Amino acid sequence: MNVLFFGIAKDIVGNSELIFSEELNKPRTVAALKKQLVDSYPEFSKLNALAVAVNSEYATDDVTLNGSEEIAIIPPVSGG
Amino acid sequence: MKKIIEIVDTIETAQVYAELSDAKSGGICVFVGTVREFTNEEEVVALEFETYKTMALKEMEKIADRAIEKWNLNKVVLRHAVGEKGVAEPVVVVGASSAHRDACFEACRFLIDTLKETVPIWKKEKFKNKSVWVSAHP
Repeated sequence: MNVLFFGIAKDIVGNSELIFSEELNKPRTVAALKKQLVDSYPEFSKLNALAVAVNSEYATDDVTLNGSEEIAIIPPVSGG
Repeated sequence: MKKIIEIVDTIETAQVYAELSDAKSGGICVFVGTVREFTNEEEVVALEFETYKTMALKEMEKIADRAIEKWNLNKVVLRHAVGEKGVAEPVVVVGASSAHRDACFEACRFLIDTLKETVPIWKKEKFKNKSVWVSAHP
């Protein structure tokens, strides 16, 4: 399972992409992925918001993940 | 073409009139976002923009479609720049053309407000001795 990071999220993990390779570590839902990130990188809990995109669409916490999707961490956006 | 959705390295503000010009339209409204020199009295050296491009284009497309339907627009432009931009440079252009002016004024406000809320683009403010991701923290 590959996860893309942008903006401040990229700075927090120190990488633009992380790979969750071990079967046991793979989050099965968007909520689980967020929890795993906050547990591993507490800086995420200080952000205004944290969204997840699955196949380049905003995904709610209950969306399930099988690992074949394009997953991205979307910190608060600030275009314009 | 009815709508133009782009993420570019450099914004050419002059091209937007031709893009929105339309025989059925009686008015064109355009908003240009630019780099401001001061934030809270601190001098900004540059803004740096990055994007999740595939998703950003999809979200911009949705905004354009909603506006076209709601205000019956003839043409729409949504264009955002990425990379480093200096003071007074344009970073975003949105515009609409419609039969009457009320529709394009309202649509233009919706286009920029919604773009700022939903499109995955991030802005880092670079000051003389620090840089800050805008809106990241409370």
